[in-house]
Amino acid sequence: MSTFSAIDQDREIDREEFTPGVEPQPTWCPGCGDFAVLKALKGAMADIGRSPEEVLTVTGIGCSSKLNSYFGSYGFHTIHGRPLPVARAAKLANPDLEVVAAGGDGDGYGIGANHFLHSARENHDMTYIVFNNEIFGLTKGQTSPTSPMGHTSKTQPSGNAKSPIRPLSLALTAGATYVARTAATNPRQAQEIVAEAIEHDGFAHIDFLTQCPTWNKDAKSYVPYTDVQDSDEYDFDVSDHGEANAMMRTVEDKLYEGEILTGRFYVEDGRPSYGQKKREQGEMPAEPLAQRYFEDGEWERSIDFVKKHT
Amino acid sequence: MTQDDLVWRIAGGSGDGIDSTSRNFAKALMRAGLHVFTHRHYPSRIRGGHTYVEVRASDEPVRSRGDGYNVLLALGDSFARSTEDEAYYGNEKLKPLAENLDELREGGIVIYDEGMLDEDDVADLDLETRAEENDWHLYPTDLRGIAREHGRDVMRNTAGVGVTAALLGIDPSYFETLMGESMDGDILDANLDVLSDAYEQTQEWEFTHDLEVPDGETEGEQALLNGSQGIAYGAIDEGCRFIAGYPMTPWTEVFSIMSKHLPKVGGIAEQVEDEIAAAALALGASHTGAKAMSGSSGGGFSLMSEPLGLAEMSETPVVLLEAQRAGPSTGMPTKPEQSDLEHVLYTSQGDSTRVVFAPANAEECYEQTRRAFEVAYEYQLPAIIMYDQKLEGELRNVPVEFFDRETHPDPGTILSEDEIAEAAHHASGTFARFKRDAEKGISPRSVPGQKGGRHLTSGNETNEWGHICEDPENRKDQVDRRFSKFEHIAEDLAGDESLVTRHGPADADYGVITWGSQQGTVFEAVDRLNADGQSVAALGVSQIKPFPAPEIEAFIEGVDEVVVVEMNASGQFKGLVQKELGAYGEKLSSLLKYNGNPFEPREIVEAVENTAAGDRDAPDDATTFVPATGD
Repeated sequence: MSTFSAIDQDREIDREEFTPGVEPQPTWCPGCGDFAVLKALKGAMADIGRSPEEVLTVTGIGCSSKLNSYFGSYGFHTIHGRPLPVARAAKLANPDLEVVAAGGDGDGYGIGANHFLHSARENHDMTYIVFNNEIFGLTKGQTSPTSPMGHTSKTQPSGNAKSPIRPLSLALTAGATYVARTAATNPRQAQEIVAEAIEHDGFAHIDFLTQCPTWNKDAKSYVPYTDVQDSDEYDFDVSDHGEANAMMRTVEDKLYEGEILTGRFYVEDGRPSYGQKKREQGEMPAEPLAQRYFEDGEWERSIDFVKKHT
Repeated sequence: MTQDDLVWRIAGGSGDGIDSTSRNFAKALMRAGLHVFTHRHYPSRIRGGHTYVEVRASDEPVRSRGDGYNVLLALGDSFARSTEDEAYYGNEKLKPLAENLDELREGGIVIYDEGMLDEDDVADLDLETRAEENDWHLYPTDLRGIAREHGRDVMRNTAGVGVTAALLGIDPSYFETLMGESMDGDILDANLDVLSDAYEQTQEWEFTHDLEVPDGETEGEQALLNGSQGIAYGAIDEGCRFIAGYPMTPWTEVFSIMSKHLPKVGGIAEQVEDEIAAAALALGASHTGAKAMSGSSGGGFSLMSEPLGLAEMSETPVVLLEAQRAGPSTGMPTKPEQSDLEHVLYTSQGDSTRVVFAPANAEECYEQTRRAFEVAYEYQLPAIIMYDQKLEGELRNVPVEFFDRETHPDPGTILSEDEIAEAAHHASGTFARFKRDAEKGISPRSVPGQKGGRHLTSGNETNEWGHICEDPENRKDQVDRRFSKFEHIAEDLAGDESLVTRHGPADADYGVITWGSQQGTVFEAVDRLNADGQSVAALGVSQIKPFPAPEIEAFIEGVDEVVVVEMNASGQFKGLVQKELGAYGEKLSSLLKYNGNPFEPREIVEAVENTAAGDRDAPDDATTFVPATGD
């Protein structure tokens, strides 16, 4: 039996295999958009034929980050804002894994924004799903980096004086090679985009609009939305950096005017992912690091390096 | 002096090649059969600024920088374009000469570059008078002139080595060989010419001193390396294959060595955006089954507080390094201190479950890094190695055969897929990752990609399936289980004499306790005290957590009084001893030093002599003596 025999199993995957069966009920509120992400992720995995044991989900903290409590793959529920560095290393250490990082808008665009920029810049081969509900949910409704200007909360009683962050433009500028936005209210598109993102070789960022029925009642429930790929009104080339950038600016402006545009905004194929680059430079092995501990083969020793000091 | 030693100091500006020249000088003496030890003093700037390195050499093993030095090679400053021009750091043209004279021992030698200093400058120093009073022997030489004749100004350092070799009776062929190993072409030829010219010229002088390099013979082939190299090589041999970090002095050296070597042994090195990310990456790699490490110095380690707590809660093995420098905040980046002890022991929220080592020298750096990985991966918790700027850069000779060890390609407590199949599972197929009844408090783990091992790992308190759980009974059980690891770790570590090292007579009257990088200096001081008729024993502690209470208690019980020696202002280790043992306030006094320089043996000698004489004064202005509370 090999060390990682759960990887690359050639069989039909049923989405229900991703229901863990340990944690019976999600603690999300009724009507929460987070259910849609869970559903899309399960469906996407089944669509592309990934088995639960070859997938690692890494989450931050918050309602969103409970995702992997309800998703039956390998999971690492980490700390606020830090899922990306944990996920990046997991993928580098075992390139055969399918690594999905997830968190909320506070988690990913606030405390974890620096990791977001650098993970996108380095173009790690992984998927990053940000549950964007424009609010801090689990800490009971504070203003988040994506809350609209003027939004009032207990921590911003006179209204938010900051303009919201532009996650799609940020991802693109930083160097992500797949950037999309979908919404909880569009499950068919969501599942497609999640599947595409997972199959993409490089850093795939999905800004997933998820309504918060408890703390952000004022916010749109992200309907009606327009799928830019299905619309004749929007014509741009998803592989063209400049056109994608202009389109994203439009999309990000319109969000706060009440027009929800979703779809793929940038898809760049062919740029080698970070891991692939490192392998080409001879700085990283192709096989999982842990494989060698089990194989117990010839190990280099430091005495060869020490001899240089004699 | 209990040993026949020679301490050579090379001083100049940063950028003068002080580091490489001193490294070669130490290597030459090592190859000549001597034990060597270096001490580096440098400012926190890239070029310019006064810097020096001392190389101590003896026929017996050397444990510290010693007290003062006896040969000064004062280079000018490379940025003084001519004697009329101002030096880069202002007009202090005499700095390499003037700054260093106070610590020159009686009978010492001064070699200075008369090509860069005119007579009037030297006269300002009153050098002749001081030389007469201290029996110093002055050898002004036109080092720059020799360098210019055969090559470039910067080869003044080679000229200085040539002069030193002639004055001290060192065979110049050692230097020729070393130069041949590191240079080639015209540069090598020019340097060889500078060396031989300087050597030949000096041979013709009349020598007034009677210092020379001691004769010695070391057993077997020796390697010259520092604490950082010890740590890196220990990590590699123990199977570390992943490192992530962010540059910060003095941790950067380990990071650089690992970045250079890890890809050669099939590992991965990552420089990332900050220290939070660095430690988080190490956890990510460890989670997938790699032996992983990260590290930083004080300020960067503060950022690692979050992932450190996550490692404890999620029971993810990892090794972290903490290379101390003078703090708080950015403090003094290039100066040593031992003031991060409490930071390392207590940082991050909650009750901590971490193991902490503080090695004494390059060999212990190697050993204890291996130990740290072993403990971290067997017990699934973070292990931290504390060292400091002193240990980071000080070179010493270690027999090459010391490194002739077995590697350790064992994945720790990661189960094979066959073993996972036999282990407990939930009806749903979830693996019981944190099952409570495991031996030694350890729950064997699976890693992503293994069949049958899927589970959730979390930074929240969880039940045995890894799912978030706030049930009071479960909480208590899990905390107790995690804490129960410590009694087993303490048993595993007990009896390792490199972790708690006793030095000196068994029935001593006085005791000195120290930890980390000061152990060698304290041991040398204790040897000197005993040679002078005192009765003193020392205890060097490298195992900080789990705290070796029985060994330390027995040591304190066995002597009348104890001086705790450490490089900080608040007596942090003494505080830890009293906290852990709950007693001995009346018996423990502190000798503290926090001016940016490590202890010298004479300070400890004097402090113990004072204590024995009932005198509670500090030995000098650089140190502080805090008497026991019973005084």
